[in-house]
Amino acid sequence: MNLINTFFNVGVLLDSLPQLLWGLVVTLQIGLTSIVCGLAGGLFLAIARLYAPAFFQILLRIYVDIFRSIPLLVLLIIVYYALPFVGIRLSPFLSAVTALSLVSAAYTAEIFRAGIEAIPRGQFEASAALGLSNRHTMIDVILPQAIRIVIPPLTNNCINVLKDTALASVVAMPDLLKQATQAQALSANPTPLIGAAIIYIILLWPMVTVVAKLERHFSRGDR
Amino acid sequence: MAALISIRGLKKAFGSFTVLHDIDLDIAEGEVVCVIGPSGSGKSTLIRCINRLEAFDPESTITVGGIKVEQGAALAKVRAEVGMVFQSFNLFPHMTVLRNVMLAPMRVRGTTAAAAEIKARDLLARVGILEQAEKFPGQLSGGQQQRVAIARALAMEPKVLLFDEPTSSLDPEMVGEVLDVMRKLAGTGVTMLVVTHEMGFARQVADRVIFMDGGRILEAGTPAQIFDSPQEDRTRGFLRAVLNH
Repeated sequence: MNLINTFFNVGVLLDSLPQLLWGLVVTLQIGLTSIVCGLAGGLFLAIARLYAPAFFQILLRIYVDIFRSIPLLVLLIIVYYALPFVGIRLSPFLSAVTALSLVSAAYTAEIFRAGIEAIPRGQFEASAALGLSNRHTMIDVILPQAIRIVIPPLTNNCINVLKDTALASVVAMPDLLKQATQAQALSANPTPLIGAAIIYIILLWPMVTVVAKLERHFSRGDR
Repeated sequence: MAALISIRGLKKAFGSFTVLHDIDLDIAEGEVVCVIGPSGSGKSTLIRCINRLEAFDPESTITVGGIKVEQGAALAKVRAEVGMVFQSFNLFPHMTVLRNVMLAPMRVRGTTAAAAEIKARDLLARVGILEQAEKFPGQLSGGQQQRVAIARALAMEPKVLLFDEPTSSLDPEMVGEVLDVMRKLAGTGVTMLVVTHEMGFARQVADRVIFMDGGRILEAGTPAQIFDSPQEDRTRGFLRAVLNH
């Protein structure tokens, strides 16, 4: 059938598969690096916002609000095409990771802040009354409880970061989507695009179901 | 006796509402002081100022064991010497009972895990819940949780223990077991400042009873003075209301 030959051409798919899998590796490299940087940055921002002097708290809030407002594609293009005008020249990989991490950190900071604020005040007071330092209060008392609250939204954010790596193809990063479009051009057949879509789904579907499970688990009050 | 806690001109306001008006109070070492009074009289706020869980007017001074209670590096030191037991227990729900008691000595005093555990088990035995050591707070009754909270505070070997309505959120049949622990504790010479509605406990255990109303100490004296011959109309009215219900 014509439709199957156009979109699900097995020969084209097999030919392009190695290229697609290389793209997947690059996608995972960008995604995982950005997730790790975003998590670390977000946790830092959330805790800093809790303890920093009022002036810095305002700056941090502005940061979080700006990076949650700016479209990721716009930010990525600014990082890659605009920053060289002021002498900052980042590779496609670093550009993608920078843009993704900056935005992910902003979202992660909000998620951690909400998680920390969900811990009853009495936990902070009991820690203070015992003489625990801010650091130990966070590490021993607050974060272990907050983590359970923030795992579902954090996993959601990781899924978003992995999906958004596809935007890196606009800065010539040979990620999964870019490889697919190149293979499509080469074979004059859209099957590699369908192949890429299926790979994205295979990668992310399990994470999506895990989030749903976690949300159900934690909403049972089973903490 | 030298004052272990010294409070001078303590003022505290929430916005335009003044909760504490110029409170002066000295607590001697080994003294057991009960603070009674109607809700909203400022008694909880008073004891929460002592370890600065509540900030207070910068012109007021509170010292504990000679150290001024103020924001800064010394504050954690003061707090380490001042144990507190809360109305709502505030145990750490993600740790076992044993870990709850061990945490602060290890983190604040640098005690080794082994030494902290010996100490914790000893304290849990003293408050009668050693067999619950491996359980989590959520698996315990309110009375048991509050006894763990007392053990957790004692683990720091504080100079003074503050109790903020320790039995107010307990089911009636569990009040007794917590008061028993506190009564035993008072007998060991620990300095205690107890905000409570348990008049029987105050009469029986306190060296001194303080009656507060409207953010002021209206009357202070021995239990006999306060309960048998109160001088203030307001004290008499309060005691009549709480004792005859």
